[in-house]
Amino acid sequence: MTLADAQPQALDFECETGNYHTFCPISCVAWLYQKIEDSFFLVIGTKTCGYFLQNAMGVMIFAEPRYAMAELEEGDISAKLNDYEELKRLCMQIKRDRNPSVIVWIGTCTTEIIKMDLEGLAPRLESEIDIPIVVARANGLDYAFTQGEDTVLAAMAHRCPKGSAVVEESEKQERGNAITSLLNFGKKKEEVVAEESEYHDHAPLVMFGSLPDPVVTQLTLELKKQGIKVNGWLPAKRFTELPVIDEGYYVAGVNPFLSRTATTLMRRRKCKLIGAPFPIGPDGTRAWIEKICSVLDVEPKGLEEREAKIWANLEDYLEIIRGKSVFFMGDNLLEVSLARFLIRCGMTCPEIGIPYMDKRYQGAELKFLEQTCIDMGVPMPKIVEKPDNYNQVQRIYEHDVDLVITGMAHANPLEARGINTKWSVEFTFAQIHGFTNARDILELVTRPLRRNNSLKDLGWDKLVKEEAKV
Amino acid sequence: MKLAYWMYAGPAHIGTLRVASSFKNVHGIMHAPLGDDYFNVMRSMLERERNFTPVTASVVDRHVLARGSQEKVVDNITRKDEEENPDLIVLTPTCTSSILQEDLENFVERASLSTQGDVLLADVNHYRVNELQAADRTLDQIVQFYIQKARKNGDLLEEKTAKPSVNIIGVSTLGFHNQHDCTELKRLMADLGIEVNEVIPEGASVHNLKRLPQAWFNLIPYREIGHMSAHYLEKEFGMPFVDITPMGVVETARCIRKIQEVLNAQGADVNYEEYIENQTLHVSQAAWFSRSIDCQNLTGKKAVVYGDNTHAAAMTKILAREMGIHVVWAGTYCKYDQEWFRKEVSEYCDEVLINEDHGAIGDAIARVEPSAIFGTQMERHVGKRLNIPCGVIAAPIHIQDFPIGYKPFLGYEGTNQVADLVYNSFTLGMEDHLLEIFGGHDTKEVITKGISADSDLGWSADGQAELNKIPGFVRGKVKRNTEKFARERNITEITAEVLYAAKEAVGA
Repeated sequence: MTLADAQPQALDFECETGNYHTFCPISCVAWLYQKIEDSFFLVIGTKTCGYFLQNAMGVMIFAEPRYAMAELEEGDISAKLNDYEELKRLCMQIKRDRNPSVIVWIGTCTTEIIKMDLEGLAPRLESEIDIPIVVARANGLDYAFTQGEDTVLAAMAHRCPKGSAVVEESEKQERGNAITSLLNFGKKKEEVVAEESEYHDHAPLVMFGSLPDPVVTQLTLELKKQGIKVNGWLPAKRFTELPVIDEGYYVAGVNPFLSRTATTLMRRRKCKLIGAPFPIGPDGTRAWIEKICSVLDVEPKGLEEREAKIWANLEDYLEIIRGKSVFFMGDNLLEVSLARFLIRCGMTCPEIGIPYMDKRYQGAELKFLEQTCIDMGVPMPKIVEKPDNYNQVQRIYEHDVDLVITGMAHANPLEARGINTKWSVEFTFAQIHGFTNARDILELVTRPLRRNNSLKDLGWDKLVKEEAKV
Repeated sequence: MKLAYWMYAGPAHIGTLRVASSFKNVHGIMHAPLGDDYFNVMRSMLERERNFTPVTASVVDRHVLARGSQEKVVDNITRKDEEENPDLIVLTPTCTSSILQEDLENFVERASLSTQGDVLLADVNHYRVNELQAADRTLDQIVQFYIQKARKNGDLLEEKTAKPSVNIIGVSTLGFHNQHDCTELKRLMADLGIEVNEVIPEGASVHNLKRLPQAWFNLIPYREIGHMSAHYLEKEFGMPFVDITPMGVVETARCIRKIQEVLNAQGADVNYEEYIENQTLHVSQAAWFSRSIDCQNLTGKKAVVYGDNTHAAAMTKILAREMGIHVVWAGTYCKYDQEWFRKEVSEYCDEVLINEDHGAIGDAIARVEPSAIFGTQMERHVGKRLNIPCGVIAAPIHIQDFPIGYKPFLGYEGTNQVADLVYNSFTLGMEDHLLEIFGGHDTKEVITKGISADSDLGWSADGQAELNKIPGFVRGKVKRNTEKFARERNITEITAEVLYAAKEAVGA
């Protein structure tokens, strides 16, 4: 058998029943309220939503979070109470207690079903209480987990100021250059001007996707090395610092689940989307930068050496996973990028489960995945959209997979059956973007393998009595 | 609409699923949108469950919204029936799906025509009952269903067992220390010469429910789950039940005496007095502990108690009656059953607090400044903030409240565990004295910890210095009492003199 025989011609896409476990998209409030420091997230839903948030967020709930439930009661469902009055009462209370710069309403399944017109109520209430109200319908009827952030950012995209609307020049500077002024912190004005010339003269570029501040700085600096200036970031640290977005700006996404935001930026704000693989793993980061460079007509420099150096640093982890197989059950839409990176690391991947596959927004990433499979001489994975967890577990048994990346509902039962698992949600909360964080991804991926290596001689890998019928 | 950050009892379907998944070979199907199957995560993580949680969702998505579930629910039920051959499938709506007002009863009927197992629709109103009420109701529903089924099939076993026997009703998955309690109760029954007929729902098979009437009586260890079933069995079969929670030395004895009475009424002729005395005096350490000089140091110390009905009531009685601790207030979030709680604890605490709002509970703790809190995980966090120790006695709970080691709260071993919990929660007696003598081991600057204790008063240098000598764990209290004292007298600067005047006046 030659190497080429092992390679199917193209990626194989399938769609199953959608009976899979994932987090409700309202979970996005947990990281977004921390990211956008002057925001308040109000989730308009039922006890079920509240219970999920409270349990999923664990300890965070005790830190006086800037989010709350507007818990719907029977009177709200049967329209005995007036939605507008009720929301006004709660938002006034929030304004009084927390005085946020923006209140984000998260519409849920229940508000969808009872057809509460949040988009209609918001502008009225906004003018009455004088706080911007952004409406995002992050519900389980339409979306999965990280797509919640997508709905919020798509709604925020409408709130980004236009250059012409920013009257004060100084204010414009401050807004547009929130990131650069952060990086230039403590430098004299002349120095800043001098530094400006380090950048190539390219069209304005705005990044979208919520990342922890250190990662924002890392990626911004990475582009700065190429002479590319990031004009702003959606979302910014504060709602009042949302970037200027004018017609003709370039935008680039940092996460694979932001297709609505991308669409909104293209259609409503007339931006040009740079379709690139995502900066996850050193291969992804390099491809991301190269694509941005090529679109902005900048000659990339030193990337090959930079990538090689990162890979060299990963060697101890690569030894552990090389030749092993990984199975993604699918729940957070990071799966394609992670699988592409892990295949580059020398793993094989029979299946990539994913809640939703936007072949246009992820186009470059999918091509990159294909190319990676060819480069590494491994079979193309099957991409399963809306997977069926029950069927997947059968396939995991069949394939005798070395590592399953899955949600917590399945992790312990699989471990008890001698199958290594990694909890997928950790990838959403860990810092995984850019060259710097490649090691963190592998730290996560190899942890179960390292742990189980140290246990393997103890003879207790299968810990269920009768092999369950599942 | 209600602004809510935290809830003590979960939504109704959680209760239904707790009961359904406690049984062996029963599968729960939720009629729910994507992401509502969070129950599986909780069970898998908190209980470290090795098996897949037998709960799946029949996903309500945009299509269902537009056209109704149509065949989807029926297909999902029959599919699960084929895949896992459960004895029973319980279909449960969620808050969201119950607004759709689909005829789920009809789906259940249709599905049950083609399934091997039985199919039931959980009969709970998601806007009127909480997790605990729903669990009680679902258990009752399943019991009734199988009793009636057995009766129809003519294989209901009504003849009493030869030896005295008991059904233990209400032990369930995700219940606070339920597994350990169950083991302890079984031991207690064995000690009393009582056979355990059935334990439901945890680990039970629905096929065995027809054997329930064989027991001489039912034991309902928890107030929240099992009462409806007990009442049903009493009505149908004249089965007596004992619903005294055997938590604490006195209550355990009371529970055993009640069992004795119930058995003797059926001609058993048992006398447990000697057993109770022997256990109390020589086996359990709790009675001796309350007599020991360690426990003397706890006399009159202030505590507050908050939790579900069962644990908060029992804990209040243990603290007040068995340890001489001053329970300033005792509270519950089981609002729907508040009369019972009031009746149980009124004589053992100064004040009864019925409230589901964690903010109000936190404020009530800050106001009282007890030496220890006994509450849920939420109160533990309030305690952390106020620097007051907290023993966790009730759900909502975290993974650390599902210990691997044997830690029952019920029965005689339970009394030992509770004694340890109480003792460890208060600052240890001798340490307490030493801290007072040597001015504490913590000489940090005072920071205001209270929720609403922002001060407009000035502390003079010598006042501050005196305050710093007061041990850390009471300093906040002294500070606030002194400020209150000063404010009442329009004193704007607190000196050492004012501090001591306040101490004399209000016992700060």
